[in-house]
Amino acid sequence: MKKNNHPTKTNPLNVKELIEKGKKTRKVSQKLEKIIPFILLSITAVSVLTTLGIILTLLTETIHFFNIIPIWDFLTGTVLKPLNKVPEYGVLPLISGTVISSVIAMIVAAPIGLMTAIYLSEYASEKVSLVVKPILEVLAGIPSIVYGFFAFTFVTPLLREFIPGLEAANILSPGIVMGIMIIPMIASLSEDAMSSVPDIMREGALALGSTKLEVTKRVVIPAALSGIIASFVLGISRALGETMIVTIASGSTKNFSFDVTQSMQTMTAYIVEVTSGDAASGSTIYYSLYAVAMILFIFTLLMNVIARYVSRKFREEY
Amino acid sequence: MSTLTAKRLNIETKLSDDLSKGLRPVEKVKKMIYETNQLHIWYGETHAIKGIDLPVYEKEVVAIIGPSGCGKSTYLKTLNRMVELVPDVRISGKVAYNGKSIFDESYDVEELRLRVGMVFQKPNPFPKSIYENVAYGPRIHGIRNKGVLDEIVEQSLRKAYIWDEVKDRLDTSAYSLSGGQQQRLCIARCLAIEPEVILMDEPTSALDPKSTFKIEELIRELKETYSIIIVTHNMQQAARISDKTAFFLDGELIEYNETNNIFNNPSDSRTEDYILGRFG
Amino acid sequence: MEHINEEQVKRRRNLRLLTNRVAQFIFMLSTLFGVIVLGILIYRVVSQGIGWIDINFLTGKLSTEPERAGILGAILGTFWLMVVVVPITMILGVGTALFLEIYIKKGRLQSFLQTNIANLAGVPSIVYGVLGMTIFVRALDLGNIVLAGGLTMSLLILPIVIVASQEAIRSVPQHLSEASYGIGATKWQTIRHIIIPAALPGILTGAILSFSRAIGETAPLVVIGIPALLIPLPGSIFDKFTVLPMQIYYWTLDASLVEEYANLAAATIIVLLLVLFLLNLAAIIIRHKFKKIY
Repeated sequence: MKKNNHPTKTNPLNVKELIEKGKKTRKVSQKLEKIIPFILLSITAVSVLTTLGIILTLLTETIHFFNIIPIWDFLTGTVLKPLNKVPEYGVLPLISGTVISSVIAMIVAAPIGLMTAIYLSEYASEKVSLVVKPILEVLAGIPSIVYGFFAFTFVTPLLREFIPGLEAANILSPGIVMGIMIIPMIASLSEDAMSSVPDIMREGALALGSTKLEVTKRVVIPAALSGIIASFVLGISRALGETMIVTIASGSTKNFSFDVTQSMQTMTAYIVEVTSGDAASGSTIYYSLYAVAMILFIFTLLMNVIARYVSRKFREEY
Repeated sequence: MSTLTAKRLNIETKLSDDLSKGLRPVEKVKKMIYETNQLHIWYGETHAIKGIDLPVYEKEVVAIIGPSGCGKSTYLKTLNRMVELVPDVRISGKVAYNGKSIFDESYDVEELRLRVGMVFQKPNPFPKSIYENVAYGPRIHGIRNKGVLDEIVEQSLRKAYIWDEVKDRLDTSAYSLSGGQQQRLCIARCLAIEPEVILMDEPTSALDPKSTFKIEELIRELKETYSIIIVTHNMQQAARISDKTAFFLDGELIEYNETNNIFNNPSDSRTEDYILGRFG
Repeated sequence: MEHINEEQVKRRRNLRLLTNRVAQFIFMLSTLFGVIVLGILIYRVVSQGIGWIDINFLTGKLSTEPERAGILGAILGTFWLMVVVVPITMILGVGTALFLEIYIKKGRLQSFLQTNIANLAGVPSIVYGVLGMTIFVRALDLGNIVLAGGLTMSLLILPIVIVASQEAIRSVPQHLSEASYGIGATKWQTIRHIIIPAALPGILTGAILSFSRAIGETAPLVVIGIPALLIPLPGSIFDKFTVLPMQIYYWTLDASLVEEYANLAAATIIVLLLVLFLLNLAAIIIRHKFKKIY
């Protein structure tokens, strides 16, 4: 049966000879082959250089700044008045502004994000998840400038209806909106952690007659705890570094206070203020922005390292 | 025998063909293509191959059998140095192809893989058209002429007995083929660069009996032209298609002999146990 | 067993079931919260801005008079910014991903590079702005032109593009590259002809999403010092520029001076969101069209 379509009939082609002839092109490609790892290595080096660039620029200019303003005065000063005749550079007002806005954001984002995650992971049907998840993704994809606009033109006026004495620029409104912005991130990271809890663990508890809520409280959340904590920490990191919402909606008063109805400046908003103010390169105020950026960088880096450490522990559990 | 193959064979092998009809001492005349001496391979801490010596002669089908994890696939992948893709692998000992040690610094791996084709356990066509799958090898080795490529593609598909099934749809995706067809396409892809040796790593283990039969037919046909080293799980398959059989166990070569001898008169009790299905 | 008071158990069970119901309801409300806020946000923006969008708005230059102001400059600025960002991040992102996934052996160096990239992804965007202002605008003396902004933005989204590309490359089945090596293809040939084509949909999806991040990002550009003044339309990457989010920023700030500016900001937000929506749609289409076949 084979004889009919046996290759005998076809034209004899000497592929080997042809390949031998093409050797010259192979020489070129072999050279390329040796160069490419080095090209890719130097491309990869860009990320390392970026890190180095960030650290070096922040460090050198910060050191400059500390030569003018003693580091201790800066870190413990409660007054920040760089434009005064006798300027004062205390960073605590900025830190309090940053911490307060982040706390407000987390008060909004942590419970709502976590409850959303519980609903999606434990209660919602496939259909509901299929609709809700993309909506949350859209929410996460909205640029922060849009949230800033929303805080300034909608949330602040709305809050002022209920809270008499709320200033037009205040830290409460941007804090809340920042929280809304972070909800999708916490929801999706926590949901990932909860979904990766093996079903066997749930079934064991359900078989004993537990309700879903009890299973969630006693089995799922404990098992996914480090993942959930990591999502919170990343949320905090995100809030600390958020710029546009607070810049637009919280004004630029360098208040060292805990009154959320007032205007407060965050570290990020201070950097924006200094750079948009066209500070002369070399002036003290110009150097101060690096010192502030350095603190911000260290804060967020710390959060990210913690989050990674916590979630790595979580992976080891199963 | 095709004019093509005739052209490729030198007089020496023709002589040996004649000899093989009458006399038995074929090995003396046949050229040794693979020589393995004291080969050891480690994956990290695992000692996967423990000192193997194994000669392979031209135009033979050598079957390698043994239970899972015995090192047979590892050995096969060593022959074209694919084993080096595994991270943490260490190799000692010697493997020579056509008299040259393949682990030498100066040895050109791509050249080796050009001469030694490989067919894998699972059909693994590229996510490209049928035509592009076969043309891939010649193309990367510098053949750009469309007419030549057309011819190579047709010829290779014919040799793999799949031409009639695909000739009308060369531009469709290789994934539109059945598993058995995909495996024959992979064989065609391998033949397109006219290798001297074909390594087959359990080529039918993922296929149904009908496709398996077709591939075995094909192997019998191919051994006229190529040396074939085939790893198989299936002892009947080894018995059906191979000239010689090597039995591996725990990284060691227990026995290597004419297939007839291995199956009818094994010299090692472990070989016998395995063949009779006492383990594995 | 006699100690169990059936009546009590029943009552407790009912209570537990009720708690479960109530909790489920609260969880659902939380989930709805995000959805509702998104609805309000979009409704607010659209109702405030839609009336201001017309052909003059889209093709007009910046003006102090709200009725005559247009965003062509910002649209062009965003376009030119992408002209810088897209090629740079694609080359650097895919190149780094290839190096990390294919060339480098697992070990200290690899985990150092990987950790570094993870850390970079968490650096606030404003810090990139400070870096860009210091290096590109001042040290290299580029000034606040598209190129400087584009380079800054590229560094900002590079970690995201790298990670997405790595995932895409990792998801190309090993047996495909084995088949290619088995025929005698070199590493680079295998990468070019097999791995990149197979990973491309994944790479593109990730890249497009990070481009939309770059399009909406404001803080680094504020720091770089993009002017709020009337500037000529940018015609190349060496021109001064503004982008859509910057325009939104300045109009929002100035809304306390001229009320209509808030409407202009809303109108610009609509345009920005539309652009982002289209990009996301493209990413979704690519993801669906090239669903894994192997």
